[in-house]
Amino acid sequence: MPDSFHPSEVTIEVLRYDPADAGGPRTQSWSVPYTPDMSVLQALQYVKDHLDGSLTFRWSCRMAICGSCGVMVNGVPHLGCRTFVRDFLPGPVRVEALAHFPIERDLVVDAEDFIEKLREIHPWIQPKVARLIEEGPYRQTPEELARYESFSHCINCMLCYAACPQYGLDPKFLGPGLTALAHRYNSDSRDGAKDERMELLHSEEGVWSCTAVGYCSEVCPKQVDPANAVNQNKTASALDWFARFLPGRS
Amino acid sequence: MPELIETDIAIVGGGGAGLRAAIAAAELDPKLRIAIISKVYPMRSHTVAAEGGSAAVTLAEDSLENHFHDTVAGGDWLCDQDAVQYFVEHCYEEMVRLEHWGCPWSRLPDGRVNVRAFGGMKMERTWFAADMTGFHMLHTLFQTSMKYAAIRRFDEHFVCDLLVDEGRVKGVLAIEVASGEFRVIKARAVVIATGGAGRVFRQNTNGGIVTGDGMALAYRRGVPLRDMEFMQYHPTCMPGSGLLFTEACRGEGGVLVNKDGYRYLQDYGLGPPDPWPRKKAMELGPRDRLSQAFWHEQRKGRTIPMPGGDAVHLDLRHLGRAKLHERLPQICELAEQFLGIDPAQAPIPVRPAAHYTMGGIPTDVRTATSLPGLYAAGECASSGIHGANRLGSNSLAELCVFGRVAGEEAARFASSVQGGNGVALRWQAQDTAREALRALERPAGGERLAAVRDEMAKAMERGCGIYRTAAEMEETCRTLSELKARANAVSLTDRARGWNTEWLAALELGFQLDVAEAMAHSALARRESRGAHQRLDEGCGERDDANFLKHTLAWRVHAGSPRIGWAPVVITTSQPGTRAYGAAGEAAQNERKADAAHA
Repeated sequence: MPDSFHPSEVTIEVLRYDPADAGGPRTQSWSVPYTPDMSVLQALQYVKDHLDGSLTFRWSCRMAICGSCGVMVNGVPHLGCRTFVRDFLPGPVRVEALAHFPIERDLVVDAEDFIEKLREIHPWIQPKVARLIEEGPYRQTPEELARYESFSHCINCMLCYAACPQYGLDPKFLGPGLTALAHRYNSDSRDGAKDERMELLHSEEGVWSCTAVGYCSEVCPKQVDPANAVNQNKTASALDWFARFLPGRS
Repeated sequence: MPELIETDIAIVGGGGAGLRAAIAAAELDPKLRIAIISKVYPMRSHTVAAEGGSAAVTLAEDSLENHFHDTVAGGDWLCDQDAVQYFVEHCYEEMVRLEHWGCPWSRLPDGRVNVRAFGGMKMERTWFAADMTGFHMLHTLFQTSMKYAAIRRFDEHFVCDLLVDEGRVKGVLAIEVASGEFRVIKARAVVIATGGAGRVFRQNTNGGIVTGDGMALAYRRGVPLRDMEFMQYHPTCMPGSGLLFTEACRGEGGVLVNKDGYRYLQDYGLGPPDPWPRKKAMELGPRDRLSQAFWHEQRKGRTIPMPGGDAVHLDLRHLGRAKLHERLPQICELAEQFLGIDPAQAPIPVRPAAHYTMGGIPTDVRTATSLPGLYAAGECASSGIHGANRLGSNSLAELCVFGRVAGEEAARFASSVQGGNGVALRWQAQDTAREALRALERPAGGERLAAVRDEMAKAMERGCGIYRTAAEMEETCRTLSELKARANAVSLTDRARGWNTEWLAALELGFQLDVAEAMAHSALARRESRGAHQRLDEGCGERDDANFLKHTLAWRVHAGSPRIGWAPVVITTSQPGTRAYGAAGEAAQNERKADAAHA
């Protein structure tokens, strides 16, 4: 589209689903006033405020940090708040619930599987050397910080799960985001629970389920690069497996 | 009859303060059953959006006295000094605790935690994790909370009432969002940690969830709201959306210029304009003064017109791309994605937007409210540390310091009393539930919810903005009163029970209107100018310690306007003085020192 193309209105098309409606999912379209700075989230808000108050979606911060508003936009996982209608002109812009998750209503998916798995990776520091408050902070050099820092940027938006073909086939798979987060704690110089977490990562539902498509890293809005975390852990997992046959290690 | 769930402590809100409270209670007494009830998954809470950092005296050359004085003077002497003292004494240990829990604090080359300069602070004492500090603190607290078996979460549960019996709080009534079903969560102590109310203003930095719920819950149960007229306008926000560009931009050396490229803050008592970031001067002045300076520049026609409102420029170019991406990565991302601007190449247009609710539920230094069993912490509370103007980086520290106190105090209280009568609470809950459901039963064809909500936000901006007049505040009070009637008649298009976000928004709008009324009426009653409350009308333009060195209290009056009263400010060591910044501030401080030496 040329830059000068400014329609006055644009069509927003939403795949709607109401569990109480025996008719199943249906597509509904609305025409909303277009402005060049309009995000997909703002388009949905316009519909809810002015056209149909029953349209249901999650949102909060509007600035790509709370992770609430993940949706499929024209088939690709995006945060609604930082995806702009101008990039989909002349429209229609098709919005659907995140792929691979059960839909609760309209654009709201059931996130319980993600939350439960989050707890399973034990996402807290289990200190190598316990430290009292009076002893002050651990030392951690910028280089040590850099080893895990980018993996700590995960906002739990679950876009990578919607992108992951393996998670789509087998919801038991731990999945990209949480592998990255496990890797974040494993790589933290303060933590001593890597072995315990690696057992989960080794397992059938761990890193070996990944088929190295790499789409997870492409859709990540925070450049967490879960594919990299998964691959580093495949290497680590393989090394650990071989290490079992070395002397001095049971 | 709603389902009954037995707990010992119910924590309403799963942001920084709520999570910290839950962890503190679990650590104090692992036998307690602790519930965190949050209308969103905890990691979506608005703590996530805090950017710049969290205060704690850290450097050897800094002192608790410095942090105390910066905070009390920054609050224009409306702070409760006992609370400030407790606060500054406990910030550091809380930051260390977060460090032990894995918070990825930014570091110095030798591995020690780095600190940065912030507005109104005499020294570098702001701990930061790049410019995603709130995000990292929230995720650290949330993930750490998962290791405590005693903590049971009720995610996506919307609290619509406190249950009060025999003069004390005995639980909450919540709606499970997914099903729309009511649940009575019985508790022997309740902690409110629901954050602020910034969404009652039009241009604001806040997430959609920041609707003052907890403040209204307490207010409706007879607890007054304190100092509600003090709403912080953050000076550097995106025109239109109000999204925040952290004060750390200026802490790192960013400057503010008007349409002529002139560092206009020097015209408002904040100079001299050094080329480096001088503490407590120019761009590192306090937020109220900077937002007020913008207002004057706009009146003088020296701002830049933008589609989202007039702006000035936040210029970060001289910091260079490498430093910008290391220290301010999120700012770069926001500027690039939302405005198409590379901050290394071009200045960012910014303007003030409503940001932080300084007032709230009054608490003592132990976070107790006037209702036995009820505690409050975080932005929803008026802990007394912010006074008339909060300093940046004090609120993240507050979440931890007073979140911990609230958790421990609630745990002690819960262990000291018997539980409530479940049957009585369920009857009480049934009345509230019936009332809440009424919105779903109203006939179609009435006004839309958004119309009332948007008018409220405009009225608040008009009457309770950066500068205020009696006439405009009175008009806002009248408008709010009309809007309350209209809010009770809006028609919802969604009639479902499960995931009915329109229904929940209607309940939130009720909360917001209550809080907005408390703000507007408190503002009207305070006939002086102090901190973030500035008046242009005759006789109200100056601080008036003789008549207004006191807290405002607003009590809810059924079917009427709030009743306004007053409460004393706790002053321990710092008598009200001249609040000055820049060169004038340094002169005033030297004078104080000289006086102290002679005394």
